[in-house]
Amino acid sequence: MNYQFQFQDVFAAWPLLLRGTWITIQLSLTATAIGLAVAVACAWAKTSGPAPLRWLVNAYIELIRNTPFLVQLFFFFFALPSIGLRWSAHSAALVAMVVNLGAYATEIIRAGIESIPRGQVEAALALNLKRHQVFRFVILKPALKAIYPALTSQFILLMLSSAVVSAISADDLTSVAANLQSQTFRSFEIYIVVAVVYLVLTLLFSAFFRLVYQRTLNYPDRR
Amino acid sequence: MRTFGIEDFWFIVLAAKWTIGLSLMAFVGGVLMGLVVALGRTAEHNAIRSAATAFVRIFQGTPLLLQLFLVFFGAPVLGLDLNPWLAAGIALILNTAAFLGEIWRGCIEAIPRGQSEASQALGLSYASRMSDVILPQAMRIAVAPTVGYLVQVVKGTSLAAIIGFTEVTRAGQIINNATFQPLYVFSLVAAIYFVLCWPLSLLAGHLERRQARAYLR
Repeated sequence: MNYQFQFQDVFAAWPLLLRGTWITIQLSLTATAIGLAVAVACAWAKTSGPAPLRWLVNAYIELIRNTPFLVQLFFFFFALPSIGLRWSAHSAALVAMVVNLGAYATEIIRAGIESIPRGQVEAALALNLKRHQVFRFVILKPALKAIYPALTSQFILLMLSSAVVSAISADDLTSVAANLQSQTFRSFEIYIVVAVVYLVLTLLFSAFFRLVYQRTLNYPDRR
Repeated sequence: MRTFGIEDFWFIVLAAKWTIGLSLMAFVGGVLMGLVVALGRTAEHNAIRSAATAFVRIFQGTPLLLQLFLVFFGAPVLGLDLNPWLAAGIALILNTAAFLGEIWRGCIEAIPRGQSEASQALGLSYASRMSDVILPQAMRIAVAPTVGYLVQVVKGTSLAAIIGFTEVTRAGQIINNATFQPLYVFSLVAAIYFVLCWPLSLLAGHLERRQARAYLR
């Protein structure tokens, strides 16, 4: 092996990499926030909506979960503009991420809703708890506890798969890396540094989610 | 520029054989390596367990796309020249091994400890304890999630398009560049993945429900 590693070009570009990292975080957080709202609506439609709506939501979930994110991204970035919807790579990436997360999170939230036994709600009402108290303490908190691990790992998966948006030259961390690569030709050095950044992000977010769990949801329950 | 014709349709549909080939390569390699990872994660030796854990953390904590890039651009650093097919295959095998290894660790740990202790008390060797007692039982729990993960593998092969391997997604890009009919092209590409993945998803769901019923009895 007589390859000379040259990291100076990579480290010289740290302001660009930092900005890309921030955009990756921002994209993932925004997509998660909007995606969760979509998922709550879909979970409601799937558990208690009218039949045609239930069918539509099911079709959406199956379609998204059985096609690759890259193809969904191409669809939003290339196919939709051809029928008149024009938008930037950044918006197309965000929308693709929202649509993708929405489908996966719907199933997770539905499982959370179904994890609350009816008797538990009836017991709370019998104990004369107010409606909003029942929702907050008897439905929301235990449901959140049940789906917390699945939901947080879905967030990490979304953040990692957001690297794919570099395929349409968005402005996230991997896109910055691809640009640097074409300017400096230090492909391996750049991608190893960027992979380490993603690894650190994953570890930090996992640690943060664990901390939040221990502080707020770590109470004993029946299971 | 030309219109989207029947040859273009077949070009994309026939590229599915490369998607299937790459998926099979990743799955078979990933199953073999994933078994090593799962055994490593449940090993008694601390060093082996740490090594397996580090492997899983790294491959589950970085994007698959970057793993692909690192194999593709990293091979020349080691003096090797990999074509996109091999580079994508190696990256997908490593990634699949990490995820399957972690799924199977859970299945191995789901077998009650008493089983393992009893086989030790009977004087069985590690190999016999695993292959005759633990793994056959763990395998029954593992089938449904493994089939489910196969869907992720098939979808993951689409990333090989980015390093220039002509499977379904790349074939779609090529035809789109020539015909500029993205709506037809990417609908067709998505439909092909759907046809490959949906039966697997249904099968995984069916196996999961059957297993849940078996436990209720």
